Amino acid sequence: MTAVQAEPALPGSGRLTDELRAIQVVWHRDMLHYQRDRIKVLVTLLQPALMLLVLGAGLSALLPTSAQGADYRTFLFPGMLVMTVHSPAIGAGVSLVSDRQMGFLREMVVAPVRRETLLVGKCLGGATVAACQGALLLPLAGIARVPYDPVLLALLLGEMVLIALMLTAFGMLLAVTVRRTETFHALLSLLMMPLIFLSGAMFPAAGLPGWLSWAVTLNPVSYAVDALRRTITGRLTGPIPDRLFTGPHWGGWAPPVQLELLLIGVVGVVMLVLGGRRFGRSE
Amino acid sequence: MITRYLRPTRYFTAGTRHGPPSEDVEPAPAIRARALAKTYPDGAAVRGVDLTVGAGETFGFLGPNGAGKTTTISMLCTLTAPTSGRAWVAGHDVAAASHQVRRHIGLVFQEMTLDQGLTAWENLRFHARLYGLPTAVAHERAAALLDLVELGDRRDSLVRTFSGGMKRRLEIVRGLMHRPRVLFLDEPTLGLDPQTRAQIWDHLHQLRRRETITLFLTTHYLDEAEQCDRIAIIDEGRIIAEGSPDRLKSVIGADRVELRTRDDTAAAERLRTEFGLDVDFIPQGPGDPGGGADGSEGGGAGRLSVRVADGAAFVPRLCAGLGVAVESVTVVRPSLDDVFFHYTGRNIREDGAPRLPGARVPLTPEARS
Repeated sequence: MTAVQAEPALPGSGRLTDELRAIQVVWHRDMLHYQRDRIKVLVTLLQPALMLLVLGAGLSALLPTSAQGADYRTFLFPGMLVMTVHSPAIGAGVSLVSDRQMGFLREMVVAPVRRETLLVGKCLGGATVAACQGALLLPLAGIARVPYDPVLLALLLGEMVLIALMLTAFGMLLAVTVRRTETFHALLSLLMMPLIFLSGAMFPAAGLPGWLSWAVTLNPVSYAVDALRRTITGRLTGPIPDRLFTGPHWGGWAPPVQLELLLIGVVGVVMLVLGGRRFGRSE
Repeated sequence: MITRYLRPTRYFTAGTRHGPPSEDVEPAPAIRARALAKTYPDGAAVRGVDLTVGAGETFGFLGPNGAGKTTTISMLCTLTAPTSGRAWVAGHDVAAASHQVRRHIGLVFQEMTLDQGLTAWENLRFHARLYGLPTAVAHERAAALLDLVELGDRRDSLVRTFSGGMKRRLEIVRGLMHRPRVLFLDEPTLGLDPQTRAQIWDHLHQLRRRETITLFLTTHYLDEAEQCDRIAIIDEGRIIAEGSPDRLKSVIGADRVELRTRDDTAAAERLRTEFGLDVDFIPQGPGDPGGGADGSEGGGAGRLSVRVADGAAFVPRLCAGLGVAVESVTVVRPSLDDVFFHYTGRNIREDGAPRLPGARVPLTPEARS
């Protein structure tokens, strides 16, 4: 009132550093929540673990198997990894929706940072949580006759990070597009089933009728499952039942794992950009 | 010891402006709005608001629900883009330089916007980091501010365990973490009990003294508006009155003298003929805002009300010249309630409902301008 008030010269006024710090802050908040919610960690792990044990044991008895080599459980393992990653990844979208509902989103969007930045931070947070969950499932590899090969496990983890990013970006896109909480949850449960079932996570996609196999080919999750699966089979010594382990084909040509991973990355980036634009525009 | 942290530190020194604002060279007002308007598909929410709020002022934006208070505040905070008109906050254009505006404002929203799964400190740290405050500075500032609002010992408790008033105080602290020049508060005490509201106001005054900050708040509590240096009354998207609470009350111009007599009819007649006054009859009723009348006794009877320039000087003349036994006399100074009714013809709390029938000054068209 008396004199001209001192203008707060906030340190680090370089724009990029501001945005990067904002990403870190938003990410860190998700980590705090993850650490605190031990029960959720356990519950989201339990479902794929049970699937692997129960479904795996039950169905592998029906299917061709050998004393060594891969069986249905080996087939199921990458599917369960994707399932484990998918739930917290989509959960990041859910948390954005609940932040909006609880009002916390307003606290974030009035900050002097770009909204796209907040979305990226949220995405990285979700992906980190998802990858952590995936990593916690890796010790069950032995049940699925997947060797505890450090290189293989590292590869799987890396791929899970990428897959988690794509799925998180999908959750974010959905969360910023569908603004009503109820609609968001309804849409989520509608979409999740086909995305998992039509990805070859639980049964081979090869046996599906024409139009459904199209759905499998178009489903990005199929490539996620197949990339993980082929990373595993690439390092198995025993026989691999072909009928079970055939992944998505483009007119008889199976895209190499690298291409599949690239595809997942591209889809993730496209969804994130779309989501970011949408989020940046909304009031 | 506390004050040390609340004074500007080396991070916040003068003369670091990013160039003066183009339009005015003199010390910029904290808030300036010109013909600010917002139209939604279903109608106009704000129809051309002009405002100037000086640095360090506490400015209240008073109006009933749906008058356009929240829309105006969210335009000033860069959360909503104006349909037309312009506004500058802390010297920066809200539309063209929203990032600059955001750096210099703090916000306390109508609804709770804390992360309840985090502790008080974690919420504050999140905010501080988002606004670019180094953690060490944030730490000191949080400690000082939390002490000031008596939350120092709850620093590491989850916000979930806080009461409504505690959450509010924490939100105010959070809004001040980055040393904003203007703190916006949208209905800061909505839904809190009177005692907690008073406490929040104590803290706000205290913080304002220490931080030399401009407070801009919306409210529909009249007692809250009394706390402000200046208020503007907004109704149907337009500002219909502006000034200090005292000045606005002086617009009403007159005290109200309410009296109980043995014979109201005769008294009313004498007041008209002998004193040349307009007389209103206030029936006895619940929720009567008569302010000071002694309540229950005289069952069923109402009160007579007249307006005079100086109520205290009028009372002796009245008792001497009325010729009817007077049971009680009350002099009521004009309240903001009267002001609001004067300008809008409505009571602020009961949206749209007319006040007590025949109780107040009739609304003339000139009075609105």
